[in-house]
Amino acid sequence: MYKYDEYDQQMVDTRVAEFRDQVRRRISGELTEDQFKPLRLQNGLYLQLHAYMLRVAVPYGTLNSVQMRLLGDIADKYDRGYGHFTTRQNIQYNWIKLDETPDILAELATVEMHAIQTSGNCIRNISSDQFAGAAADEIVDPRPYAELLRQWSSFHPEFLVLPRKFKIAVIASEKDRAAMRLHDIGIKMVKNDAGEIGAQFYAGGGMGRTPMIAPMIRDFVPLDQLITFAEACLRVYNRYGRRDNKYKARIKILVHELGRDEYVRQVEEEFAHLLTQPIEPPLAELERIKAHFTNPAFDAGAPDDLDISDPDFRLWVERNTTAHKAPGYIIATISLKPVGGIPGDATADQIRLMADLGRDYSFDELRVTHSQNIVLPHVKKADLYTVWKALDEAGIGTANIDTVGDIIACPGLDYCSLANARSIPVAQKISERFGSAQKQAEIGELKLKISGCINACGHHHAGHIGILGVDKKGVENYQLSFGGSEGADTSLAKITGPGFDEDGVVDAVEKATQVYLANKQGEERFLDTYRRIGMDPFKEAIYG
Amino acid sequence: MVEVQFRFRDDEAVNDPAITVDAFAEQTNATAVRIEPGDDARDLMPHLDRLALIEVNFPAWTDGRGYSAARILREAGYTGEMRAVGDVVIDMLGHLQRCGFDAFAPDKALNPDDAKNAFARWDNVYQATVVDGRQAIWAKRHPA
Repeated sequence: MYKYDEYDQQMVDTRVAEFRDQVRRRISGELTEDQFKPLRLQNGLYLQLHAYMLRVAVPYGTLNSVQMRLLGDIADKYDRGYGHFTTRQNIQYNWIKLDETPDILAELATVEMHAIQTSGNCIRNISSDQFAGAAADEIVDPRPYAELLRQWSSFHPEFLVLPRKFKIAVIASEKDRAAMRLHDIGIKMVKNDAGEIGAQFYAGGGMGRTPMIAPMIRDFVPLDQLITFAEACLRVYNRYGRRDNKYKARIKILVHELGRDEYVRQVEEEFAHLLTQPIEPPLAELERIKAHFTNPAFDAGAPDDLDISDPDFRLWVERNTTAHKAPGYIIATISLKPVGGIPGDATADQIRLMADLGRDYSFDELRVTHSQNIVLPHVKKADLYTVWKALDEAGIGTANIDTVGDIIACPGLDYCSLANARSIPVAQKISERFGSAQKQAEIGELKLKISGCINACGHHHAGHIGILGVDKKGVENYQLSFGGSEGADTSLAKITGPGFDEDGVVDAVEKATQVYLANKQGEERFLDTYRRIGMDPFKEAIYG
Repeated sequence: MVEVQFRFRDDEAVNDPAITVDAFAEQTNATAVRIEPGDDARDLMPHLDRLALIEVNFPAWTDGRGYSAARILREAGYTGEMRAVGDVVIDMLGHLQRCGFDAFAPDKALNPDDAKNAFARWDNVYQATVVDGRQAIWAKRHPA
């Protein structure tokens, strides 16, 4: 994985010094809270309901064990002994003290980590496929391109105060595991007819209160024009994105209001101009970065068979592992969704255990997924049972990836000052209702996502089942929707009808799964059955 | 008139009153103009050679359109004074400079020590904006 050189290290060290200075000016009163807010946000520091929250970047979701271990230590030292992995492959701490944040950042910098642009109206952490470099179906490893974009977007002077936040995802396989088209810019690395690698650009996707699927804006950008094209996309947005209403300020609204074709015309015009400016890093820089992402030294003689005689292990293998590109190896996903738990939370001890397992059994690599789980990308099949045993003992051996128990949920009203309703208790109740492994196995893949307000941080629009918490005259009310997907077949979920109270929505989800099981044909997933039979049978069961 | 607090030019200060972009189109002898966030900087392109001062107004520093405006005009070859006016804050001084600003007239005077630190903050930069004359880190990694 990528390793900082002296320049990268200097950049994060300088940021720590800058932020320390900003905190000093805030505490001394030179900066008012209003003046400080946009500055702290550019460094991932939010003021939530009860305390400050610090969001630490995990660029494209890739970590080594030393970094992971430090994340656990920070949870102990500066928080309440746990951290929360997020849908953008980051980690956040919910109980942070302002005067300690510069020290936290200084500790992070010692392991090449930071909180740069993890919030604020700027280009956020670049996300990617959590199986990058390990997946059997990728054209190339998308991470070098994500790293190139990370450096370009860090402190880009023209794009630090955009109309609104700006999220970029990079993938390189047909199967989209990063919800690429639900990003402000989605990039898919592709191969053209001549066999050259290039970038396919999508723009104007997003969730929030107006969910949109990004249209393609260019089918092939050559690698030696990648940064220039991205710069053109951003400049058009910075100049013409709406700033009169923060709810209409995302690029999706600009692309929608101009129309895709007109946005493309403006970008191409700006791109033609920017090509005259020497702003593109040489291909040698991409090659330098790529050299950090070579394959680990896989054991060519690793046996490819797996003993699954232990039935619990077998269940976990079936649900939580994915084919690896190297024979004898497997990708293991650790579920941070134990029955009744808080989705995405891990204790300091669990984080350190995962760090050790990554070091000992996965070539020192771990990944954070956008569904708030952790991946050990390169596990030898022969080691898998040992790994699972250790996870299971620590309470993170749950076999439920992509099932109804693997819920994405935002922090909701338990933490967030924007929320209208709590998300976590609903997630906990649903995961308990469907707690039995047998029940989950019967239902199979069912992506359930919960947001506590229309900002949709819990991705409810993209859930096979989505739940949106709203405030209805002072009472929490939950709207249910079906049919969303974030895969290559991206679609947005549709609302079923009137909302429910907390227990009512859990009952409604259970009824929906019964309708699915009664109508399921062959290998259909919940989503496939819903798409085939439509909303009516579900409505009948839920409201009838 | 708000005072210019920082200026990084050797030529004499320009004190002509800056007029709006709309008015500028009609006054063929004007040499100073003020760009508001909603103006299209490219409207000035035919007239860059007669301009000695372009003011870019930031009613709020969190409105970043002025960064693009300045850089676009520098890219087009404008060499006169580019002055940031309005809500100009310490923490953005270095970034403004990188987009082509060489004069700063904040509404409220800034602490000179903090400002000095801010201008000197970044020894290196990840991007080539070209208009700041600085070499990007990638260029230093791969000397020609």
